[in-house]
Amino acid sequence: MKFLYALMLSLLVYQAHAEIEYRDFKQPEQEQAYQTLISELRCLVCQNQTIADSNADLAKDLRRQVYEMLQQGKSRQDIVDFMTDRYGDFVMYKPALKLKTMLLWLGPVLFLVIGLATVWVLRSKTAVIDEPLSKEQQAKLDSILDKGDDA
Amino acid sequence: MKYLLPLFLFIALAVFLAIGLNLNPREIPSPLIDKPAPAFNLPILATPEQRLSQADFKGKVWLLNVWASWCVSCREEHPLLIELAKQNKVILVGLNYKDEVQAANAWLSKHGNPYNVSVMDADGRTGIDYGVYGVPETFVIDKRGVVRYKHTGPVQPGDLEKVFLPWIQQLEAEST
Repeated sequence: MKFLYALMLSLLVYQAHAEIEYRDFKQPEQEQAYQTLISELRCLVCQNQTIADSNADLAKDLRRQVYEMLQQGKSRQDIVDFMTDRYGDFVMYKPALKLKTMLLWLGPVLFLVIGLATVWVLRSKTAVIDEPLSKEQQAKLDSILDKGDDA
Repeated sequence: MKYLLPLFLFIALAVFLAIGLNLNPREIPSPLIDKPAPAFNLPILATPEQRLSQADFKGKVWLLNVWASWCVSCREEHPLLIELAKQNKVILVGLNYKDEVQAANAWLSKHGNPYNVSVMDADGRTGIDYGVYGVPETFVIDKRGVVRYKHTGPVQPGDLEKVFLPWIQQLEAEST
């Protein structure tokens, strides 16, 4: 029984090992850079996950790549360039601000402006009703009101 | 006119959505197009003591097909690659991606070997250099060693005639 218990425990330990990658960093800043980078790079196999979230083989390889480049003393920009040279802008979760991605960045602002403009135009149209009645209109209104409901 | 405006807006929206639905989100444009094929120097699958590099194909038009024995959709395109190999019009190089020698060799002897030569990228580093994210992938490389076209996913029936053979023909006509 004790043996079985130990065996079960050892299975648990094995699982934990399979899930967690151990990375050794010399400086805490490097580890910080690693964590930031892997949460900004897209896993291209499972497109809505970052390589930090994904367990896909490619994500593992890309994490290894990021780690190794940091160990070699490469800067954040070096690593971003390395990735975009190979996988294109899509590999960055947050797209770079370029002419090509302008619509992506300015789109929401553009839609807000269109929306506000629409509201403004509609409001200025309805504002016409608030204008005071002309003399003729007032007279007509009075006569209708005088006759009462039963007319 | 006033009543037609919502209709036009609806049609415009429907058109955009239809375009969006028909785009393939897995088709990511490769930044490698018109750039030199990334360098590699990898052991040959059949004779691992020998190595091969992209520079060995200078002056020739060649295809680099990324494959693996574990890759299910590679089986789908395999008959087409065999067909291409029979026509003997282009050098077909296999990049055996993250695979094991035995499994890879067994796969080739079972399904047939369309490749002039396959090289082994056991740890997937050359794959990263080529921006590989979905095996199989096929690169068309010209005589100067420049990547001219990339096909992601399995080669479909008709792709050989419509895409690959015209590319090969065009690149063969170019001077080195």
